[in-house]
Amino acid sequence: MTVSHPAGPSPERRAWLSVLAKAAPKDVFAAWEAIAELPGYGTLRAPEIGMVLVRGRMGGSGDAFNLGEMTVTRAAVRLDTGETGVGYVSGRNRRHAEIAAAVDAMMQSPALRPLVEGAVVARLARAQQSRRDAAARKAAATKVDFFTMVRTRGPA
Amino acid sequence: MAYVAVKGGERAITNAHRWLAEDRRGDPTIPEIEVNQIREQLSLSIDRVMSEGSCYDRDLAALAVKQARGDLPEAIFLTRAYRTTLPRFGASLPLETGQMAVRRRISAAFKDIPGGQVLGPTFDYTHRLLDFTLAANGETPLEGALEAEEPQAYPMATIASVFAHEDLLEPDTQTGAAAEPFDLTREPMAFPAGRDQRLQALARGDEGFLLSLAYSSQRGWGSTHPLCAEIRLGEVAVEFVPDELGFAIEIGELTLTECQMISTGAGGIETAPQFTRGYGLTFGHCERKAMSMAIVDRALRDAAQGEASAPVQDEEFVLYHSDNVEASGFVQHLKLPHYVDFQADLQLIRRLRREHADRQAAMKEAAE
Repeated sequence: MTVSHPAGPSPERRAWLSVLAKAAPKDVFAAWEAIAELPGYGTLRAPEIGMVLVRGRMGGSGDAFNLGEMTVTRAAVRLDTGETGVGYVSGRNRRHAEIAAAVDAMMQSPALRPLVEGAVVARLARAQQSRRDAAARKAAATKVDFFTMVRTRGPA
Repeated sequence: MAYVAVKGGERAITNAHRWLAEDRRGDPTIPEIEVNQIREQLSLSIDRVMSEGSCYDRDLAALAVKQARGDLPEAIFLTRAYRTTLPRFGASLPLETGQMAVRRRISAAFKDIPGGQVLGPTFDYTHRLLDFTLAANGETPLEGALEAEEPQAYPMATIASVFAHEDLLEPDTQTGAAAEPFDLTREPMAFPAGRDQRLQALARGDEGFLLSLAYSSQRGWGSTHPLCAEIRLGEVAVEFVPDELGFAIEIGELTLTECQMISTGAGGIETAPQFTRGYGLTFGHCERKAMSMAIVDRALRDAAQGEASAPVQDEEFVLYHSDNVEASGFVQHLKLPHYVDFQADLQLIRRLRREHADRQAAMKEAAE
């Protein structure tokens, strides 16, 4: 299935898709349900659960090898106003993927974007940033200095 | 003669499974454990099931642990079976572990590694004394983790990048030209194995088996004299290119454990002496597994250079026996009915005994 995306690979779109994919489903639902007027949309691809084969790099930065799979749910929607959006989110939550696709479509519509830009995307991004920041502060609190004992010969 | 299918026993099997369900539940006066409690509080069980089950999904792994009554190889089997029911959308771009949002990063080899030694949430340096307050009735008082003023900065320098300017560590190579990496889930094991095939097999491999192999190597059976150059634990984004978009997007974030082991290498005629490396990477926080994997990876590289003499250096031995789903399947099928095998064995033994008795009798006669 091909969905045309005039927006193309804009860094901005990559950023909001990333935020939507990394968010916890319950946070996505809470943000979505808080929106007063939701636009009408139909599904182009009903939410579908599958897997993505995750690749690592040999030695950390060499050629690729297959590490294992992860579950992923995807969906695509078309707003009644014509914009299309896709959702690819880790895990098996169909509603999460569908909302991600709807938000992606709304973010591409100048008229609808103000409804979700702050209330969904920025809100989820802040939650992720604060979780990450807390983890980084906890990590910093566990930083140690190991001393290696220096053996010195005593006087005579 | 192999296992021969049998019929019958349906009622007994159904009743056995009902009893199994009752046993799984345990004492019904004790509240039933919920999948989300397993996911949150037995998180290292979850990590092992995801790694060896070869499927990253914390909820799925928690369900598998519950259903398997805490038997992790059984939970791994359940996870592997489930993953065969899902379609595969494609393969991710290779993970950039150097970009990891690090929660733990230590180097046992290099004290002054840039960024410092960050212990993170570790069992290391605990006294391994049972903490009976955890068994006390009611909620255990929780002291939350301390947060430093300054957050840990990342990405953190890797051990490879630190010594890169001196060429002291063997570098990774990105040929880029490489075709699709070997995929054990679609192709049978082949020998000699490439490092891509080996790393995939080790990543899915049984932790206990790899741990023992790594230990055997340390004790002298194919020693690689490893030093732990780096262990890191943290979150890494996964990028994927959906067909309908045609450009890469992040589809989630995985917790990973990575281990770099280094060994001194004598070099050759063309190459100067250099540290050689072994690599371990797992889903979740599986440190023992990642370290073992790195040691075994390094030991198997000897095989590629024709230096193999110990079990850990024998790639057919290691890779054919590292998968606990295959191994437990083959060992445990022995408890399924083998009545026909036994009948055949009985006939054979009886005939051999008859022949033995006849020979004895003949010798006795001759002696007289």
